[in-house]
Amino acid sequence: MDKDNALQQAAAAVETMTGAQMVIRALKDQGVTHIFGYPGGAVLPIYDALFQAEGLIHVLVRHEQGAVHAAEGYARSTGKPGVVLVTSGPGATNAVTGLTDALMDSIPLVVLTGQVPTHLIGTDAFQECDTVGITRPCTKHNWLVRDVNQLARTMHEAFQIATTGRPGPVVVDIPKDVQFQTGNYQGPALVQHRTYRPRLDPDKAAVVRAVELMAKAKRPVFYTGGGIINSGPEASQLLRELVDLTGFPVTSTLMGLGAFPASRPEWLGMLGMHGTFEANNAMHDCDLMICLGARFDDRCTGRISAFSPGSTKIHVDIDASQFNKTVRVDLPILGDATRTMREMIRFWKAGSHKPDKAALSAWWKQIDTWRAKNSLAYKPSNTLIKPQYALDRLYELTKDRETYVTTEVGQHQMWAAQRFKFDHPNRWMTSGGLGTMGYGLPAAVGVQMAHPDALVIDIGGEASVQMTMQEMSTAVQYELPIKIFILNNEYMGMVRQWQELLHGGRYSHSYSEALPDFVKLAEAYGCVGLKADKPEELDAGILEMINVKRPVLFDVRIDPAENCFPMIPSGAAHNEMILAEIDDGPVITEAGKMLV
Amino acid sequence: MHDTKVKLSDVVERHTLTVLVDNEAGVLARVAGLISGRGYNIESLTVAEVDPTARTSRITIVTSGTPQVIEQIEAQLRRLVVTHKVTNWTGEQSGIEREMALVKVAGTGEKRVEALRMADAFRARPVDTTQASFVFEITGSPGKIDSFIDLMRPLGLVDIARTGVAALNRGPEAM
Repeated sequence: MDKDNALQQAAAAVETMTGAQMVIRALKDQGVTHIFGYPGGAVLPIYDALFQAEGLIHVLVRHEQGAVHAAEGYARSTGKPGVVLVTSGPGATNAVTGLTDALMDSIPLVVLTGQVPTHLIGTDAFQECDTVGITRPCTKHNWLVRDVNQLARTMHEAFQIATTGRPGPVVVDIPKDVQFQTGNYQGPALVQHRTYRPRLDPDKAAVVRAVELMAKAKRPVFYTGGGIINSGPEASQLLRELVDLTGFPVTSTLMGLGAFPASRPEWLGMLGMHGTFEANNAMHDCDLMICLGARFDDRCTGRISAFSPGSTKIHVDIDASQFNKTVRVDLPILGDATRTMREMIRFWKAGSHKPDKAALSAWWKQIDTWRAKNSLAYKPSNTLIKPQYALDRLYELTKDRETYVTTEVGQHQMWAAQRFKFDHPNRWMTSGGLGTMGYGLPAAVGVQMAHPDALVIDIGGEASVQMTMQEMSTAVQYELPIKIFILNNEYMGMVRQWQELLHGGRYSHSYSEALPDFVKLAEAYGCVGLKADKPEELDAGILEMINVKRPVLFDVRIDPAENCFPMIPSGAAHNEMILAEIDDGPVITEAGKMLV
Repeated sequence: MHDTKVKLSDVVERHTLTVLVDNEAGVLARVAGLISGRGYNIESLTVAEVDPTARTSRITIVTSGTPQVIEQIEAQLRRLVVTHKVTNWTGEQSGIEREMALVKVAGTGEKRVEALRMADAFRARPVDTTQASFVFEITGSPGKIDSFIDLMRPLGLVDIARTGVAALNRGPEAM
């Protein structure tokens, strides 16, 4: 009976329309409201259908890379997939950086690319490229749709694959003739992929074992990552509950910031290369590591052979290929973070487990001695704006608002991660895995589209921000009051820092001898340009930046020599951190220099 | 429990893996690109559609690496959206591995007679014969084919074509 109903529904759901109309219809049926894109010859039929469609907001970017990063910002801040529409050839190749970025950081994107007509494929036609070939290694999956009757199905599968399991970007490449052809449209309800079935529910026995290990732990630590954010807001709530029950300390990767409130006492700060002294030492000395949705990235682990040598490691991940990839774990649990933590809490309560209070108290005492190092300290200045000071002021003056922060990549990104205290998930958008300079400005455009009334700040450096600067024009066009907060030290700061530490202070091509006048540049784009040279000018500038209801670029001229500490040098272990110019720390080895 | 415990070993092992995939455009590039992109080895790779109605292809890969690398290769292959199943025949599964080769040997006199005699011992059969050459067809485990080729080398070996490994499990069950 159900099957008959389903068949009747299927028959009723079939409608005839052009491929271009199908694309628009499928987007609407998938609940899409925003598209980030750039038109061109091979997507004109879709743009024509879009012209006549209602209920879809298209954001015209200035470069396809910007479209993808904007869609990433949109996705990361809403939990919904980001949608991109670009043309063939250069449209598709310009999207590749964003696709790779989204793949590394598990951001759900559906990227639609136009393609030359099917009869021209393989002839080196104008604006032809092998889009599926080029994007195969930088997407979760991709398709070239040669048959208009497969288009609707492919569109729905694309959304299913992008958003479920470990999320990621997908590409649907649609030749122009397929966009013109007429075929049958199917709704999303009856489309299911033939093979793709991500496993979400954890193995119960493994969860029980994990809970037993947690109850026995004497020096435990939660090591959390972007998987908690991707799993949805409930996961962040469950993490809080898990910490309420156990009293265990929590650290997080760059991607996981905000999943656990930075204002809580159990928060150790971020771990890894520029993590806090307490977070890294807790990772090194723990006897039980509970990794939730993180992937033991090299920026987090330091030297693998010295990584947390004495701990039992539990690893919860939705992607089985992450288990034992770089670090061997004792208890891998394949499953969604929300469902796994729900089961952990259930079994913890059902087993009437109690944490080892005495041991935990000693562990916290040890952690407090590490905290007392105050590893994020810096030397203040009355004459120069210290970047740490600038970010502390930015945080203080924005913390009571609904604030979303995006970043570019480099020193400013690490300072922001160290100093901004996030209490909510989805408020922090940064390029973690790929480390894409130029991510933050377009990402801010995407975030502001999704949250028109929120305060959206791109914390950038003067080098990164110039990589996608043209998206200021997009912000002006859509009246998006994004705030571009540039920590301007005239250097590619992180490159300069490494050259200072590893290459004898030979600053090979890391200084920008010519920089634009950012204030005039902002004004030329139709934004508001602000500048601060001295610490006493900072607060007024930040307040003006916040209060102006237009896009603002704030050029904050900081101490050009400041380095980002603490730091685990390349090839060193968690307990071999360099602290801020207080001591010299261990020398970086020759092997360490080989690492990036 | 999802048991992925691997033994710590630096010993490079050769493993034969079978991947059952959807036979869609680009599927071979997807699998081959995954392996090369992550820096793994492919010693041989065999692919053909095996079920036209289900549109599935069977890809058999001979690869080498430490146990940890082999585990990663399997996990990465399983992660592909097109993958139905991955089986490692070198692990606990008991599989049959066979390969076919065409081996061309040129020569006259005693060497020619010896080549034919050896071929007979290996159950390789001549599929092309001239007065100065044979092309033998031989089927067997990759090791058997290696041995046969080594024996043919001093007897006038001219050319070799190998198909790569096909593998199937023993007993009544499917993979």
